[in-house]
Amino acid sequence: MTPDEFIIRQISVFSENRPGRLAAIAHALEEERVNIFAFSIAEASGFGVVRALVDKPEKAHARLTEDGFNVAFTDVIAVRMRDEPGGLYEVASMLGDTGINIEYSYAYSGPAGAVLILRVDRPAEAIERILSAGKELLSAAAFR
Amino acid sequence: MRPDELEHLQLSRLRETIERVQHVPFYRDLLAQEGVRAEDIRTLEDLQRLPFTRKQDLRDGYPFGFFAVPLSRVVRIHTTSGTTGKPTVVGYTRGDLDRWSDLIARNLTMVGLTENDVFQNAVNMGMFTGGLGFHYGAEKVGMTVLPAGTGNTRRQIEMIDDFGVTAIHCTPSYAMHLAEVAEEMGSDLPSLKVGVFGAEPWSDATRNDLQDRLGVTAYDSYGLSELFGPGVAFECPEQDGLHIWHDSYLVEIIDPATGEQLGPGERGELVVTPLVKEAMPLIRYRTGDITMLLEDDCPCGRTRRIARFSGRVDDMLIIRGINVFPSQIEHILMALPEVGDQFMVYVDRNEHHLDEMTIHVEVKRQYFSGELADLARIQQKIVRTLRDTLELRTAVQLVEPGSLPRFEGKARRVVDRRTNV
Repeated sequence: MTPDEFIIRQISVFSENRPGRLAAIAHALEEERVNIFAFSIAEASGFGVVRALVDKPEKAHARLTEDGFNVAFTDVIAVRMRDEPGGLYEVASMLGDTGINIEYSYAYSGPAGAVLILRVDRPAEAIERILSAGKELLSAAAFR
Repeated sequence: MRPDELEHLQLSRLRETIERVQHVPFYRDLLAQEGVRAEDIRTLEDLQRLPFTRKQDLRDGYPFGFFAVPLSRVVRIHTTSGTTGKPTVVGYTRGDLDRWSDLIARNLTMVGLTENDVFQNAVNMGMFTGGLGFHYGAEKVGMTVLPAGTGNTRRQIEMIDDFGVTAIHCTPSYAMHLAEVAEEMGSDLPSLKVGVFGAEPWSDATRNDLQDRLGVTAYDSYGLSELFGPGVAFECPEQDGLHIWHDSYLVEIIDPATGEQLGPGERGELVVTPLVKEAMPLIRYRTGDITMLLEDDCPCGRTRRIARFSGRVDDMLIIRGINVFPSQIEHILMALPEVGDQFMVYVDRNEHHLDEMTIHVEVKRQYFSGELADLARIQQKIVRTLRDTLELRTAVQLVEPGSLPRFEGKARRVVDRRTNV
């Protein structure tokens, strides 16, 4: 596998911080039969960005844009981590030791284990470092 | 004319004006009340001892209350449109008409028009001062004048092409319509070279558009009926601010809230004392229009300019004691590429009785990277740019594209939610 295959397209949606906005996004995705694997909300004063990993990112992008939202794709990577104490430390310290900065991160834990989604400043190096340490990265195809 | 000669002329004409207004009961009473006589005016600084004249005063004098000469000496009357209440009536003696057309002729000469030009005057020829004002001004230059009026746009375009019209005067909005119809008719109006546009505010974006589409150099013309009509201020070929004929108009910029005079570079209300009006002399007339004196001299060598107009005093907001014009906010926001075309301004008074201004803007789609940090940077940039220009801290709220109201006709972008305390 080439490193590019581990770059996953997260959809980022600009949203005002007011009641009903997340519901509007979620409803649009439901109507398009888009499944959400993981998502998080980052907020600033009065507005936020809804970030989501979905099974059909292009479809989600098209529909939300059509509904008037500001939507962009952002490249992230997803690392499988041990679902036990120390699992997060292992991945975070590995990147920190190499001087790779984590801009933001969120995680989910499912039947197939825990997954850490990372937005880093140098994705190619991060991919190389994680793979060489023998850790598993999820490919973009895993989210289809 | 040397600066001291000009000042001497202004002063003697100001004294004449004060003597002339003694024939108007309104001024006779007002000046007596203030205790000011013509001989008290020794320098131009003394102008500040004189009271202002407001639009409402003229309305109260309807119809002929402000005429300083008997009606037998008034050879023409114009009126303002009077959208609210009674129109304002203005009168002219024969000498007034002569001086007024001279001023317009000077302006037209300033932009290079001569007796070899063909001038299409495409504005209303009736009570509106812009019609006959330009008609006689252009005739005075010796141009071939077409009193085309408004309407029948296809015929207007045929005249431009068939008569080889080189200069046109109309409102900027009618010019835009002319451009559209000319494009439909397949004419690119090859003879036109100068466009004189006035009677409505228009932006530099409109100027570029009109210049491209009509193939003209577009000049801004400013005037108001109370000061004869058009001809008060006009752009020179530098197209950077408007020149005023200081021998005929004494100009001040004031803080509309306090009446204090402001210096060059400070935006405020234009106040004009016309110096050569006979039938209807006025003192310190408050135009309600917002501009400023430009600090530097014009490369053309003519006297001091004022900036293009940026709104009306009626729209002014006072936030924590600072005057803010919605047009200033618009100007700042439209110069930022990340910001969409719409905006809203909300003014509130917080629990400490301080005014808070919050501006809602949409971020253009192409500037949304998906990163919160980039949005925060855009927000900070808008806050900083507003603060630097307005000298006022404002809150900026980024809202979703398409969520702000779209206005047809006059936009209502300011919501003042302050209640009196």
